Amino acid sequence: MNDFFIILTAVLVAINCALLGSFLLLRKMAMVGDAVSHAVLPGIVIAYYFAGDKSSVFILIGATIAGLAATLLIDFFSRRIKIQNDAAIGITYTLLFAVGMILIALLMQGNADIDQECVLYGDIALINFDKILIDDNLYIGPRAMYVELVASVIVVCSLVIGFKGFRLISFNEDFAKSVGIKTSRWHYFLMALVTLTTVVSFEVVGAILVVGFLVIPPATAFLITRKLVPMLVISALTGIFSVISGYFLAIWMNVSITGMMVVMAGVLFGFCFIIKQLKSHKTLVSQGFDQKLREI
Amino acid sequence: MIWQSAIDFFSFKDPNVVYVVAGIIFINSSAALVGTFAYLRKRSLLADAVSHALLPGICLGFLFAGEKNMPALITGAFITGWISIFLIDLIVRKSRIKQDAAIGIVISFFFAVGIVLLTYIQKNGNGNHAGLDHFLFGQAAAISKNDVILFALVFFIILFAVVLLFKNLVILSFNPDFAQSVGIPVRFIEFFLTSLTVLAIAIGIQALGVVLISALIITPAATARMWTHHLKKMIFIAIVISIFSGIAGSFVSYTRAQMPTGPWVVVILSLITFVSVVMAPKGLLRKFFIRKKNENKINDENILKTIFELKGFSEPEKNPIFSTLELTEKRMFDTKKLDAGLKRLIRRNFIQHKEDHFQLTTAGKKEAARIIKLHRLWEQYLLKRTRIDADHVHSGAEAIEHIITPEIEKELERELGIEGIPEEDY
Repeated sequence: MNDFFIILTAVLVAINCALLGSFLLLRKMAMVGDAVSHAVLPGIVIAYYFAGDKSSVFILIGATIAGLAATLLIDFFSRRIKIQNDAAIGITYTLLFAVGMILIALLMQGNADIDQECVLYGDIALINFDKILIDDNLYIGPRAMYVELVASVIVVCSLVIGFKGFRLISFNEDFAKSVGIKTSRWHYFLMALVTLTTVVSFEVVGAILVVGFLVIPPATAFLITRKLVPMLVISALTGIFSVISGYFLAIWMNVSITGMMVVMAGVLFGFCFIIKQLKSHKTLVSQGFDQKLREI
Repeated sequence: MIWQSAIDFFSFKDPNVVYVVAGIIFINSSAALVGTFAYLRKRSLLADAVSHALLPGICLGFLFAGEKNMPALITGAFITGWISIFLIDLIVRKSRIKQDAAIGIVISFFFAVGIVLLTYIQKNGNGNHAGLDHFLFGQAAAISKNDVILFALVFFIILFAVVLLFKNLVILSFNPDFAQSVGIPVRFIEFFLTSLTVLAIAIGIQALGVVLISALIITPAATARMWTHHLKKMIFIAIVISIFSGIAGSFVSYTRAQMPTGPWVVVILSLITFVSVVMAPKGLLRKFFIRKKNENKINDENILKTIFELKGFSEPEKNPIFSTLELTEKRMFDTKKLDAGLKRLIRRNFIQHKEDHFQLTTAGKKEAARIIKLHRLWEQYLLKRTRIDADHVHSGAEAIEHIITPEIEKELERELGIEGIPEEDY
């Protein structure tokens, strides 16, 4: 039963990340997702210190503030100071992550809930310790799973309701601007959703590996299809597949579960990439052949 | 207590401190050196990818050597770092995926592989793995004498290579197309430079950790760029900033045992960046002052002009007397700005304050006339040389009168054929 809950939680993480990651990828903002996922750390630590417990809404608020602060800081560096965009991302996320690490060292001495390693790669195997019990004995699953479930509902609903807006800013932002759509509003809406997903996935998969869930499945789908809806579906499926296969492989090899999940996602991407290369090579050859035929 | 540890640290009695400081100097200089070129070639985030990709290499090096053997670890790190760059390049070239997404893919994949290997070592390996997780966050205190020798070696290799190829590197950094056209082996040098970057990052992970080492590549270069346009100066500044924050960071981590070094180095480095953002030659502070000065100049000139327009034409031989009320009636001045402007003009001796009114001095009158002349010159120029209608030339002149230099004034006069207007006829 515990296996089932862990897999279900990870599947929810994978779906959330795959859906949002697709839009990030199309907006050429994959690295901003990376930066935000590192940058929420100080917000989480400070909120945790003051609220004193992991399930609090304060954590969500603190992390969202930190995540938005990161986006603003990147904008500030690249637009006002004219630092190259990628350098601005690098400076911002290393700074905020470093602040988070220092705060952990200062405030969280000997605290089992947040330590340095779990920040990096999470520990999905531990989520079962934090259970939700009804009437003190009816076990209905780990808390993290329900948190993820709520996040999934929010993400999916937002994407369904705002689908037109998100689609527009993903493919043709200039056009969207020209017909009077407030693109920056959609942009920050998307970033808020990304932050939310990152925060709730944080304790499950950690700061760096959440990037794997955000980027790799959408990129795999992007290799396969050019249409938005199929891309969303395929990336969610890819995410789910890598989560399940990664889980069992990790158990079998007795290694980090989340690590293995991302490795599987990467392997899947590599697989699609190679097939794509072989296929395009083939089509090139056959096209050349067709041309020869026509010339004859 | 903090003073005591400061004295302990900076008197270098403890040989460990010497090793740490020496190690930091070599690591940070190497990183800043290659980072400068990485920044100029707009490849900062590649450093990010490489640093994450070092983790599996370190684990593999450990598995291979069976113990924490620095050269083995760094060789492993170097190899996987290189593979990561190759993969990013491959993905970008062979598919529609853009560079940033490719970096994201490679970063997380390699890091995940590293985590898997790390947990594998921790759960299945022998007991020697203690300290391997220092590579995640950095522990400068762990630098030993042999490490320092290794770091020094790497630093001198990088320095030697950069000095040797300096000219080519400069051309490549600023104008790769030109470099290609004059027959510089661009691909080879890029390959070489990338190798140096990977090497610099590989030796840095022990002090900074995989997550934050990219800051050592990116931040000093970006900060130094704000201070200078000169490449050699930029490299120098980057190295100085980097070494300073490296030593300061390891000092903090020396005073409190549980403090990781990497985060402190990065925070201090970023503080220097923020200070530079404000103070640098093209920074916010200077921009603010320039804008303020310009605003004041325009404001003052408008005041002078308005005074002259008020009284100057009716009684040309007298110095006009006026009140603030008259000025605001003639032109919509912001009261606060008007007062400040009048004060400045008094200081510059363009107007005098009598008990209940103001009077333009002779110098002020001349200055006002000069501005009006510029205004009219421009209006004439627009009327004669462009097809702008007479109703519209005023607004253009209103903006440009404040920035016409004496040279342009002469040029305008010559162009309009009204050379040599005697000064008293203004």
